[in-house]
Amino acid sequence: MSAVTDASAGPTPISGPIGRRMKRKEDPRLITGRGNYVDDMVLPGMLYMALVRADVAHAKIRSIDKSAAEAREGIYAVLTGEDIGVGAPLPMVWVPPGVEVKTPEHWPLARGEVNHVGDPVAVIVGADKYGVVDALADVVVEYDELPAVIDPEKALEDGAPLVHEDLGTNKTHEWALGGGDIDAAMSEADVVVERRIVNHRTAGAAIEPRGCIADWRADSVTLWTSTQIPHLVRLFLAGEIGLSEEKIRVVAPEVGGGFGSKLNHYAEEVLACYLSRHLGRPVKWLETRSENLATTTHGRDLIAYCKMGFKSDGTITGFHTKIVADLGAYYQLLTPFIPCFAAFVMSGCYKIPAVQTDIVGVFTNKFATDAVRGAGRPEATHAIEVMMDQGAAELGLDPLEVRRKNFIPKEDFPAEVAVGVIYDSGDYHGTLDRLLEHVDMDAFRREQEELRSQGVYRGIGFSTYVEICGLAPSRVVGPSGVGIQGGFWESAVVRVHPSGAATVFTGSSPHGQGHETGFAQIVAEKLGIEPEQVEVIHGDTDTGPFGMGTYGSRTLSVGGEAAGRAAMKVQDKAKKLAAHLLEAAPEDIELSGGRYQVKGSPDKGLPLGDIALAAYVPENIPEGMEPGLEETSFYDPENFVWPFGAHAAVVDVDIDTGKVEVSRYVAVDDCGRAINPLLIEGQVHGGIAHAIGQALFEQVVYNDEGQLVTGTFVDYALPTAAELPSFETDRTETPSPVNELGVKGVGEAGTIAATPTMVNAVIDALRPLGVTYMNMPLTPMRVWQAIQEAQGGGSGPRSTEQGRQTDEHGSGSAGSGPASPAEGGDS
Amino acid sequence: MIPAEFDYAAPESLDDAISTLSQGGDGAKLIAGGHSLLPLMKLRFASPSLLVSLGKVPGLAGIERSNGGFKIGAMTRHAEVAAESDLGVMAHAAGLVADQQVRNRGTIGGSISHGDSAGDPPTVFLAAEGSVTAKGPNGEREIAATDMFKSYLTTAVAPDEVVTSVYIPALEGFGWGYEKFVRRSEDWAMVGVCALVKSNGGTCEDVRVALTHMGATPLRASATEEALRGQSLSPESIAAAAEQAAEGTNPPGDLNATPDYKKHLARVLTRRALTAAIAR
Repeated sequence: MSAVTDASAGPTPISGPIGRRMKRKEDPRLITGRGNYVDDMVLPGMLYMALVRADVAHAKIRSIDKSAAEAREGIYAVLTGEDIGVGAPLPMVWVPPGVEVKTPEHWPLARGEVNHVGDPVAVIVGADKYGVVDALADVVVEYDELPAVIDPEKALEDGAPLVHEDLGTNKTHEWALGGGDIDAAMSEADVVVERRIVNHRTAGAAIEPRGCIADWRADSVTLWTSTQIPHLVRLFLAGEIGLSEEKIRVVAPEVGGGFGSKLNHYAEEVLACYLSRHLGRPVKWLETRSENLATTTHGRDLIAYCKMGFKSDGTITGFHTKIVADLGAYYQLLTPFIPCFAAFVMSGCYKIPAVQTDIVGVFTNKFATDAVRGAGRPEATHAIEVMMDQGAAELGLDPLEVRRKNFIPKEDFPAEVAVGVIYDSGDYHGTLDRLLEHVDMDAFRREQEELRSQGVYRGIGFSTYVEICGLAPSRVVGPSGVGIQGGFWESAVVRVHPSGAATVFTGSSPHGQGHETGFAQIVAEKLGIEPEQVEVIHGDTDTGPFGMGTYGSRTLSVGGEAAGRAAMKVQDKAKKLAAHLLEAAPEDIELSGGRYQVKGSPDKGLPLGDIALAAYVPENIPEGMEPGLEETSFYDPENFVWPFGAHAAVVDVDIDTGKVEVSRYVAVDDCGRAINPLLIEGQVHGGIAHAIGQALFEQVVYNDEGQLVTGTFVDYALPTAAELPSFETDRTETPSPVNELGVKGVGEAGTIAATPTMVNAVIDALRPLGVTYMNMPLTPMRVWQAIQEAQGGGSGPRSTEQGRQTDEHGSGSAGSGPASPAEGGDS
Repeated sequence: MIPAEFDYAAPESLDDAISTLSQGGDGAKLIAGGHSLLPLMKLRFASPSLLVSLGKVPGLAGIERSNGGFKIGAMTRHAEVAAESDLGVMAHAAGLVADQQVRNRGTIGGSISHGDSAGDPPTVFLAAEGSVTAKGPNGEREIAATDMFKSYLTTAVAPDEVVTSVYIPALEGFGWGYEKFVRRSEDWAMVGVCALVKSNGGTCEDVRVALTHMGATPLRASATEEALRGQSLSPESIAAAAEQAAEGTNPPGDLNATPDYKKHLARVLTRRALTAAIAR
């Protein structure tokens, strides 16, 4: 069920294409199997590539014997890190001013040492994709094993083995963001609640794994790759393979999901280009699912020591978080920055006088963490919203009342919060009120009481969130601000054809979001045509302007705005030309009902097609006007945008087994003005599913030796539709003042809001049994163990398999409230 | 996710299948629905040199009444078993196997002769005290369920034998329950319990309880059976008997469950399965 009703402050009336519940233009080709993914592509003479990967977590490479593999029929090349000359290591683009980030060189193939299971040590190219996989076992690698560092907190201890001996420490960097006097805030508090909140490692798990094809011809190369950032990949490749940028074409064809894991530039892209040049043939590589789980970026994986100060009436005095972030062995594109991104939203929706976040990054012998849907904001929101409930419980207050008491009121917007960022617009009371129209709390509490008497443990949990998205503006995020070495604008070209139909070229690069539909609606509205007449071209560095790609819920508010602005430039020119053709003044031309007409004389008007034809057959255009009808916009916003919302989950916990069933999930999101409510619902549904996945099911697990235990979807428990309820979604619309469209982003909202909602709901269900705190993932065994420990004190056996990394408990409370469950002893 | 090289044969008669299998030697494996073997091959945990498909062998699929029970052709798909409600608990359990795609391909004969203790049909087969008919170079023989499961993924079916049918008794007078505990509906059972109870005026005349994924093979919970047989059936007697469900088991721990948690689940699920059996 999806009960969308538009808008609190009055919905925007929908007349044109903007706001229409339009079905996705992309879908007919995708659902009839006519999409063109990397794996669908076959080039003449194409060879296949496979990688020999380390099966140990940490070792010196003593020797690599590739002779048997080379001797196999159909094998064209077997190369190691010593054999391959690449001009630059893989990029990491965060250089925060004044902060030292210890950065190991990360080469496409290991050089002398491997640092995680899956670290590539050799590459094989052969005539068929079966043969290269057969040949993998013929490459004999001898290792001198080194101790593996798995637990990030142990990695920081004196005397811990070092992941990178030459760096002298496992600490990658320290970084902090805060505002207000945090010490004073804590001393003013009546109660200080402390918890150790573990946000465990997850996988991006896109249904299409990564893959690429490189085709080097003479002095230029084309790389088709499943990526979110084709233009940036081209820029990086130029340095690595020593080829001038204009001779490199990177194409992102259909991309079957990314979730941040393809907001990256990977070794295999470099290797495929290198080998295509080396062998003079196209080279294709396609990741296996097990490779995807091992060597495509993981997300989250941090331990947050949270301290929230409250006055006894529930007013928050301060929030101090110390984060230990497990970054893995090497950096991918943004690895050390991701946990730091959390700090920007550590104020949540609340007026908190002092907020401080201190972050320590740690090397371990695991694969790199990096962006996964939300990238720092889910971790922040999880910490804040779990702490809100924990605080309310210790104070004996209603968690919703504590939230209301601390909300930034809507009249305060734009609102600067303690960490120094400015929230653009918001109405946090409004989304919570709307949520409670769907959830009758009095009735729920009565029902809950009644069910408990029958032995059914039902709980409800909430979160009220705000997120930072629309990555941009360059002056804040870029080199002299946050320190990411790039710009954060987006580009668009709008080309009106002689018939009046249009093509939009965007630098944004979709992987399932629906750009072709949403952008078509925006441009159609601005031009006075129908979305069916607008084609959106993306993901090819040779056809469109340079663009930054799709991530950080930036597509609509940066890329969509750029498309809208380019279309407005076209509209301006069309009006001038219409004025000339209609013998009117340009300022008297208005666009109405698909016609450029003279104000007050609606019979005098022209559709875009007539104007376009006049522009392309320029016999009668104004003096000095260039022919044609095409405009470009590069848009760099003045601020981020700040979507927000309120979510609720109802769960039933089977206390005999520990299994959690989600019986209801209700989401009210506010992402500003809606371009297409159907696309919004799709994103919200996906985001919630993703977060329920993290909260209840998914976890990347390495054992104590650094072996990846969750190497297939049997063990990495991605939920399916069968595990999820039908989501109930609703929206309010609070336009953003940052852009002309009034839009914010929504691709990550569900992921950001839903993990604390789930945890709070399960704890609410189990409070009568004495369970007051638990960390994710709330697997049946862990829930059952928590109940056993709360009831009998430590009788629940602990999984030895998962060891410390899965870490169950928060620290005890420093306040006066009930203590968290004691650490249970291992049986 | 690419298997090692193998040869493939698709004989069109049972005798051909048996001789092809024999000639293929140690490396030859039968393939029915492929949903147990192929994943192992793709991960290169299994690398047979020859796959002998039963797909073109006639007469191996279908369900018929026979000897007061049901003769189910070995190549009958889980989905077809699930659709035959007269099969009672076997139909119910078949409907819980993995997901719809797997149920449309996977077969009852394949599942039982693969002998995975985490599979559902083997447990029900054991509780129902069924049998399989296997044919090899030396002719045909019956293998009783109690003799079927030898050790981890190893059954009494010889490498050169083909299971042709599965016999399930009618189980007249038995109520049944099958409780499968999973994290996700498509998963193998973390633990499963099949209970069959024949009651006579509130007294337990006969009872059979079998356990899924509590050891290297499907197991009978004989302590529970003994505790309940001849007793009057009440929530208390069921709970007391269920407490002994894990007795003598030594389940392997894994990512999702320690051995102790699995034993706990076996007790809970046994109580639930027995309760369901009595209610049915």
